[in-house]
This record gives sequence, structure tokens and C-alpha cells, in this order.
Amino acid sequence: MSKTLAWLSSLLIQGALWLAAFISVFPFYWMIAGATNTANDITGGKISFGSHLIENITKFFTLVDAPRVFANSFFVAITGTVLTLIVTSLAGYGFEIFRSRTRDRIFGGLLFLLSVPFAALMIPLFVMFSKAGLANTFAAVLLPGIAAIFMIFYFRQSTRAFPHELRDAARIDGLKEWQIFAYIYVPVMRSTYAAAMIIVFMTNWNAYLWPLIVLQTNEMKTITLVVASLASAYTPDYGLIMVANVLATLPTILVFFLLQRRFVEGMLGGVK
Amino acid sequence: MAMTSVTRQENRAGWAFIMPALVLLGLFMVYPILWSLWMSLQTGKGMNLHFGGFANIIRLTKDPVFQHALSNTLIFLVVQVPIMIVLALLFAVALNNPRLKGRAILRTAIFLPCVTSLVAYSVLFKSMFAVDGVVNDTLMFLHIIRQPIGWMIDPFWAKVLIILAITWRWTGYNMVFYLAALQNIDPSIYEAARIDGVPPRARFFRLTIPMLKPVILFTTVLSTIGTLQLFDEVNTITASAGVGGAPADATLTLSLYIYNLTFRFMPTYGYAATVSWLIVIMVGILSWIQFQVAKER
Repeated sequence: MSKTLAWLSSLLIQGALWLAAFISVFPFYWMIAGATNTANDITGGKISFGSHLIENITKFFTLVDAPRVFANSFFVAITGTVLTLIVTSLAGYGFEIFRSRTRDRIFGGLLFLLSVPFAALMIPLFVMFSKAGLANTFAAVLLPGIAAIFMIFYFRQSTRAFPHELRDAARIDGLKEWQIFAYIYVPVMRSTYAAAMIIVFMTNWNAYLWPLIVLQTNEMKTITLVVASLASAYTPDYGLIMVANVLATLPTILVFFLLQRRFVEGMLGGVK
Repeated sequence: MAMTSVTRQENRAGWAFIMPALVLLGLFMVYPILWSLWMSLQTGKGMNLHFGGFANIIRLTKDPVFQHALSNTLIFLVVQVPIMIVLALLFAVALNNPRLKGRAILRTAIFLPCVTSLVAYSVLFKSMFAVDGVVNDTLMFLHIIRQPIGWMIDPFWAKVLIILAITWRWTGYNMVFYLAALQNIDPSIYEAARIDGVPPRARFFRLTIPMLKPVILFTTVLSTIGTLQLFDEVNTITASAGVGGAPADATLTLSLYIYNLTFRFMPTYGYAATVSWLIVIMVGILSWIQFQVAKER
């Protein structure tokens, strides 16, 4: 009796998980199928592939200055990721390795800052960048996000797994503090960096509200902003929007699958 | 006192490592926060601001649009966050079972929604939930509903749609935190409980939940902050003709209202800053309550 019950419940769990997986993946299929269909087919619920792929792609490339838009997106995402990883890993390392009462207090203060919503910052930030003549520049898009507090927390937490013996040995060998960081910490913490990179790259690539506010002209827009503005039309042309969506999602999917193994290790706090 | 363990040279290195972050945070967080606090005490249009004391707070109490945005945001918070956290926990526990077939595929599939941008997935949802769209077709095919649901026309269903969308996007993200935490638990604890005859449900409530408490607290606080700042979805999925929060402000959130006050209507920075400080205060209070609840249990 209890054996049938256990078998039944495991079947139920399996079923629920596969259903959840299906629901999670279906919109991706929907997006790819949609790129081959017309707007009317899409809002009419057509789930099979159509024959309008070339037409949608052509429409997208005539309407949108695609090379420019993707260059903008890649520039913002890559620069933002590199700078964020440098600044936040330095800070996380500094807070954990060189502990002092003052620095511990400052770290506690960061916890408060983490809870401040962006909505509270966006008006002063917008006025600040406008006054500084930096409105409509990538500097304005990037600067406020570089010192991501969440990432400082993450790097500090991960630094606890960094073996002290390595650092002690390096000091005996006469390495300076920055050399220990650059030549020992960074290579040892590869998994941590990979996990952080996935998260930061996605955040930068997908950023919407702040770029929407500071980037005003078309030649500065990122793909995320372009998708949003295409979708906000009175009658959105979903065929071409799906083409834009596939192109906008491809880079983050690639980054995720390339680094997936390291991502899991990094989340688990592994040192490899 | 703490200086005894750190030499002067080390102390200097410690400051050098954290300085870039501190300078950036000072310029782009601390300064704007203080400035917006100052702004919230001022009234006027555009940059023509003058000191108004509590005028903005009085205006809050008389502003029906604000109250609408506040109640919408709270509804999203109270309904969506618990659903998502519970789902994420259940998935994580189920996927943590080493005997489960297809674990890696299931884990990747359920995590996959997190790679989409909020805008991209919002557009997908908007098209799938069209009146003649694939979701209504499926529900009618399965005889769950008789008539198509006006997801973006009906105020109630518009809210449901936003909740479904956020749950789709973030459940896998929270699940990963729980999975990571579960894998750090020593399996021998479970083995011992199993041998002692503790049933699965008791193992879940007496062992798993207490051990995951710090992670659950962490994700709950993060989700609360995220939901209180909800913007992208309601500015895309339930936007009509470029104006978010449709139909008739049924999905207007506080962040969207701040955006409207600042960039869509005649800018009223002072009042918008007041609304944003209300979010800060709410985040503070809710996080504090969540910490207290976690401490008691």
C-alpha cells in the first residue's frame, strides 16, 4: 500500500516538474515560431512554423539600424561587465581579507543601501547627469551600476572559501597585496567570476528603465530599448518583433550555456 | 582594538581595495539618496522648486491615483511573492533528489526564463495572452473556460496576467539559490531522519525549511524589493499605445507612477521624490518584519 502510494507520489512529482519545464520553455519556442509568422498569425494563436521568416527579417533590418543597435548593446554590456567585476571583486576581497571595525561598519551600511529602490535614485541621477552634460551618453548608462552592492556581497561571501595558506605563501614569497589579488586570487576564483559574469552581463544587456531615461536619440539605443519601442506601437508588428526578440535573447542564452557548469559551481561557492 | 590584527600597511591596502567602490557608491547612491530626500520637501514644476515642507505628504493622502498605485503594488506583493517562493522551494526539493530522472534537463529548463530580458519576455507574454491568442485557445480547448479571457482588457485578469508573468520569469532564479543551499546540507542528516522513521512531509517542514531559513529570508527580501520596484512588465505587457499600467491604471505600480510623474506628465520632481521615499520606507519596514519573523521561528 505505502509502496504504491510512494510510486504514485513520485509519478505526480515527475509530472509536475515536466509540466513546469514545458511552461518554462514554451515561450522560447513561441518566440522562434513567431519569427516565421505574420502579426495576425501570432495574435491569432498559431503555434506552427510559417513562411514569413525572410519577410520579417527584411522588415527588421530596414526599420532598425541593427549593426548600430547591437554595437551599442555589446559595448554597454561588455564594458559594464568588466568594470563591475573589477570594482566589486576588489571591494569584496578588501572587505573580507582586511577586516577592521570601520570597514565592517561601512559594510553594514551597504546592506541598507541595498534596500534602496532605484526609483528613489533615478530623478536625482537624471538631473545630475543632465547638468554634467552627460545625458545621452554611455557613461551615464554605465556609471551608476558599476559598484553593484549585490555583487560586493557575493564576492565577499565567496572570498571566505579562498584558502588563507595561498595568501600566506605568496606573502612569504614577497608578492605585494595587489599582485596576490591579480595573480593568485583571480585565477583561483574563476568559478566565482564566471557566475558573477553571467549575472552582471545579463543585467547590463537587459537593462531597461535607466537606459530608457538617459538615452534619448535613436543612434544611442540598445536592442532592449528597440524591442520595447517596437512593442509599444498601437498595433505592434509581432513578426518583426519576434525577430528582434530572438536576436536580443541569443547573447544571454549563449553566455549562460557556455558558462553553465561554472555558474553552478560558483553559486555553490566552489574554489576550482 | 581591531587594529591589533591588521598592520598599518594592511590597513592601507584594505582601504585601497574598497576605495573605487566607495567613491562610486558615494557619488551615485548616497548623494542622490540625500538629494531626493531634500527634493521630497520641495514643491513646484520642472526645476522651479521651492520649499514646501510637508505639502507633498499631504498631497499623497489626497491623491487617488497614488492610492491606486499603492494598492496595486501591495496586491502584487502579497499574492505573487509567496506563490513564487513556495513553488521555487518545492521545485528545488524535488530536483535535489538524486534518484530523479532528467534532473539536469529539468533544472536547466526551469532556470531558462531568467536569461530573457524583462522587456523580451514581456513582449512574448503580451502576444501569447492576446484575446485570440494561444493561451485562450489552449484553455478553451481543455474546456477550462468557455469564452476567451480579456487578459489585457479586464482589470482583474490584467493583474493575474502580471502575476503569472513575474512568476514565470523569477521562480527558477529563486530555485537556484535553494538548490545551492540544499547541496550544502550534509545528506547523512536526512539519512538519519529516514532511518528513524520520520515521514517525508515532516522531513520537509522540520529539517529542510529550518536549514534553508537564511536563504529563504534572503530571497524573500530580494523579491520584496523587486516587486515594490515593479516597472518593466507593467510598462510593456499591460501597456496600450505606449502608456503603461492599462487598463485604466489597473496595473499601475508605484515605480511606474514615479516615472509618469517625472517623465510623462509635466515634471513634478518633488512629489515624485516623495513617492519614491515611500518605497524606501516600505522596503525598510517589510525587511525588518521579515527579519523578525525569521528570528522568532
